[in-house]
Amino acid sequence: MDQLNQTLLLTIALAPLAGSIIAGFFGKKIGKVWSHRAAIYGVAISFVLSAWVLKLVIDGASYNETVYQWLQAGSLSLEVGFMIDALTAIMMVVVTFVSLMVHIYTIGYMYDDDGYSRFFSYISLFTFSMLMLVMANNFMQLFFGWEAVGLVSYLLIGFWYKKPTAIYANLKAFLVNRVGDFGFLLGIAAVLMYAGSLDYVEVFAQAPAIATQSTELFAGHSWSVMTVICILLFIGAMGKSAQVPLHVWLPDSMEGPTPISALIHAATMVTAGIFMVTRMSPLFEFSETALSFMLIIGAITALFMGFLGLIQNDIKRVIAYSTLSQLGYMTVALGASAYAAGMFHLMTHAFFKALLFLGAGSVIMAMHHQQDIRKMGGLKKYMPITYWTALIGSLALIGLPGLAGFFSKDAIIEAVSYSTIPGSSFAYFSVLAGVFITALYSFRLFFLVFHGKERFDAEGDHKPHESPAVVTVPLVLLAILSVIAGDFIGPILFGDFFATAIVVHPEHNVLAHVADEYHGIFAFMLHGMMMPAFWLAMLGIGFAYFLYMVRPDIPAKLQQRFSGLYRILENKYYFDAFNEKVFAGGSRMIGQFLWKVGDQTIIDGAVVNGTAKTVGAIAKIVRKVQTGYLYTYAFAMIIGLWLLLSYFVV
Amino acid sequence: MSIEKLIFYGFAVILLFAATMVVTIRNPVKAALFLILAFFTSAGIWLILEAEFLALILVLVYVGAVMVLFLFVVMMLDIDLAPLQEGFTQYLPIGIVVAALITVEMIAVLGAAHFGLDIVAAPIPHPEGYSNTREIGLLLYTVYVYPFEIASVILTVAIVAAITLTLREKKSKSQNIAEQVKVRREDRVRLIKMDAVNKEEVD
Amino acid sequence: MIALSDFLILGALLFSLSVAGIFINRKNIIILLMCIELMLLAVNLNFIAFSHYSGDIAGQIFVFFILTVAAAEAAIGLAILVVLFRNMHTINVADLDTLKG
Repeated sequence: MDQLNQTLLLTIALAPLAGSIIAGFFGKKIGKVWSHRAAIYGVAISFVLSAWVLKLVIDGASYNETVYQWLQAGSLSLEVGFMIDALTAIMMVVVTFVSLMVHIYTIGYMYDDDGYSRFFSYISLFTFSMLMLVMANNFMQLFFGWEAVGLVSYLLIGFWYKKPTAIYANLKAFLVNRVGDFGFLLGIAAVLMYAGSLDYVEVFAQAPAIATQSTELFAGHSWSVMTVICILLFIGAMGKSAQVPLHVWLPDSMEGPTPISALIHAATMVTAGIFMVTRMSPLFEFSETALSFMLIIGAITALFMGFLGLIQNDIKRVIAYSTLSQLGYMTVALGASAYAAGMFHLMTHAFFKALLFLGAGSVIMAMHHQQDIRKMGGLKKYMPITYWTALIGSLALIGLPGLAGFFSKDAIIEAVSYSTIPGSSFAYFSVLAGVFITALYSFRLFFLVFHGKERFDAEGDHKPHESPAVVTVPLVLLAILSVIAGDFIGPILFGDFFATAIVVHPEHNVLAHVADEYHGIFAFMLHGMMMPAFWLAMLGIGFAYFLYMVRPDIPAKLQQRFSGLYRILENKYYFDAFNEKVFAGGSRMIGQFLWKVGDQTIIDGAVVNGTAKTVGAIAKIVRKVQTGYLYTYAFAMIIGLWLLLSYFVV
Repeated sequence: MSIEKLIFYGFAVILLFAATMVVTIRNPVKAALFLILAFFTSAGIWLILEAEFLALILVLVYVGAVMVLFLFVVMMLDIDLAPLQEGFTQYLPIGIVVAALITVEMIAVLGAAHFGLDIVAAPIPHPEGYSNTREIGLLLYTVYVYPFEIASVILTVAIVAAITLTLREKKSKSQNIAEQVKVRREDRVRLIKMDAVNKEEVD
Repeated sequence: MIALSDFLILGALLFSLSVAGIFINRKNIIILLMCIELMLLAVNLNFIAFSHYSGDIAGQIFVFFILTVAAAEAAIGLAILVVLFRNMHTINVADLDTLKG
């Protein structure tokens, strides 16, 4: 198998599906061990082959073929096809690797759960869907994968379906994602309308032509078609990648089991939006408005979601807000046309955020499903492996030079500083401030969990202990990647790795500026240490140490001092309250109105019962004609005869 | 006034009288008898119109069969006549009014103004040896053969229907095939085992 | 000569008489049936008169069929009447109101 071919790619995509089917349908029969083996083998096959594909792609192979034509309607052809290039290959490897780690980890984390094989079935199905999404060569398949991962996400958030909060959370995720998907679908429809095709290559080929057209959305306002398409597509990305204001579902999705928080709501699915925009870079490049929009949305998400991480006490929610913030960074990178940097950050983030989540899961297991960080502390001595891996993850997250996060995040910050499109100065400020905030909340979490006093009460058997090997091995593997993944910065960002997959117009090419100053990894690290971002991060750690280790009384005082601010943060800027009141309440009111007036009064009352009542009323009068006496009918006939006769005579 | 006309008016008067009696007389038997009279006079009028075959058919079939059937039924049924006469006078006025209206309208159309002799001339008398029956037969068995067949079917159906309707199950000697098939040997033959009886002991 | 209109007016009078008969004898179903026979007679008279004056024998064929159908109708009608009387012990139309809406 020296070349990319259909069999290879189909195997990659379908192996997890097979695992999912086996674990899902036969889980009860074959037992726990064989269900997780089936799922893990499926994903492992996928991972190994994906790595092979990545190697082939690096060697210069590429693939773009239709595998199966689903249907043909006029000139519209709906197909299943694969497009393999550098972008796809790297996503495939990231997805399958993190998925494999999570699969293995799950053996330990979920062992006592009743839905064990169901869980494996879901996450394998997720892997399949995600692979379909990233390998797609047309919008239809992209949308299929997009919705399929959304479905699995829904199923997994509500995995513990007996828990009311989980059901609430998955409903919320579902509804908020519908808003995004609505935009996405409209975007695809617009693409189909203007390009007449759903195939990537064909659409991209027509991009310059589309860019010159304009349309009237509202009377009198002329819009560039490309801007409309891009913003609509980006709305889809906002839903899936949880950008403000469609971010509200992601923190709540933490109601699901921790492994899927790591896999779906941190490492892979939420980055689908980032991937999609990167894939669509030939379109986005034509719309500066859309880029600017992304830049600002991303900057808001990056900074303000970070603030929320500061006051959360649930270990998973802190990491969830951190994820939101990091997704904001990626979106900023996209907005600045530094797609490669966004993808790079996506990759490194996948590793260290999965690591942090799995570490959090390990802690949660040790604490017997206690998630409140105020009731932890001093876990370092009980869980050394978790401690060290979490430290690596946190340092990678805040961007300590040498670790993965440093390279990707620094590249983004540098890129934004060179950007000239509207909103870039705000974005630059946001990402810089975000670094400080990130360091602060990350190490607040880290110190509260692993250092300080033991604030839990556990004796004997209940003492926290290190997790089993199936949990720690993925942690260690991810930690290793969190350290070394950054070293690929050279080829990925400044080489021509993405040359064929990503299109950047020269006037937007901020990464070229960054590349000018790039003289090898170590030079980049040294350069990074002199940049404000590094010092802000260090300052953040220092602050965290001071506030939570040296003077733990200060945060409480600050909280009292700035109670107004605190309340805003605690209520997450009132997004939820607003949605609850305006959208949920509004739709309930409309529903109530339609139910009472539309349904009960008009349809039931006037139309349905009204018809019956009218018929009844008329029948009540008319039935008197039906006396049942023969002569009445005879009279009627004769009178009728007479009338007809008169009519003809006169 | 020609003799023909005299006969026509005579028959017409009898016909109308008989019809009036049919509708006004209280006793159904008498009404049926007047109906017979009406049919007879009609047959006479039809003869004037040179429809000999139909006139005879009317007498034979109608008077001979149908009217007799009427009489049979009227006499067979033990009818309490009193309630049947109720409202006789009550509905007389409206009956007369409607009938008068219809008459006036019909006469207006069918009167001499439209169908008088000067408009529809009297037909030329048929030549010697003309047979009305033969003409009807010729037409009936050629052009109207299908309706003729259908008429025969209708008559057959009517016979079957009339018999079926009035048939009383209980008294008929019909066989119940299902019952017959269902019969088993045990129902008909009974085997009895008993000791041989000593004749002397009996005595 | 007798005019066509004479026959037609005779038929019309006969028809009107039977219509009036239906009104007057509304309770006696036997007389009602007789009235119908009278009506058919009036119709037949018209057919024969037209047939005679237009020299078309087809009108008489029609009368032939009408007689056939009328005979069948009378037979079935009387049969129904007999069954009715057997079951309800009356032929008073006023008592037959099972069709009442």
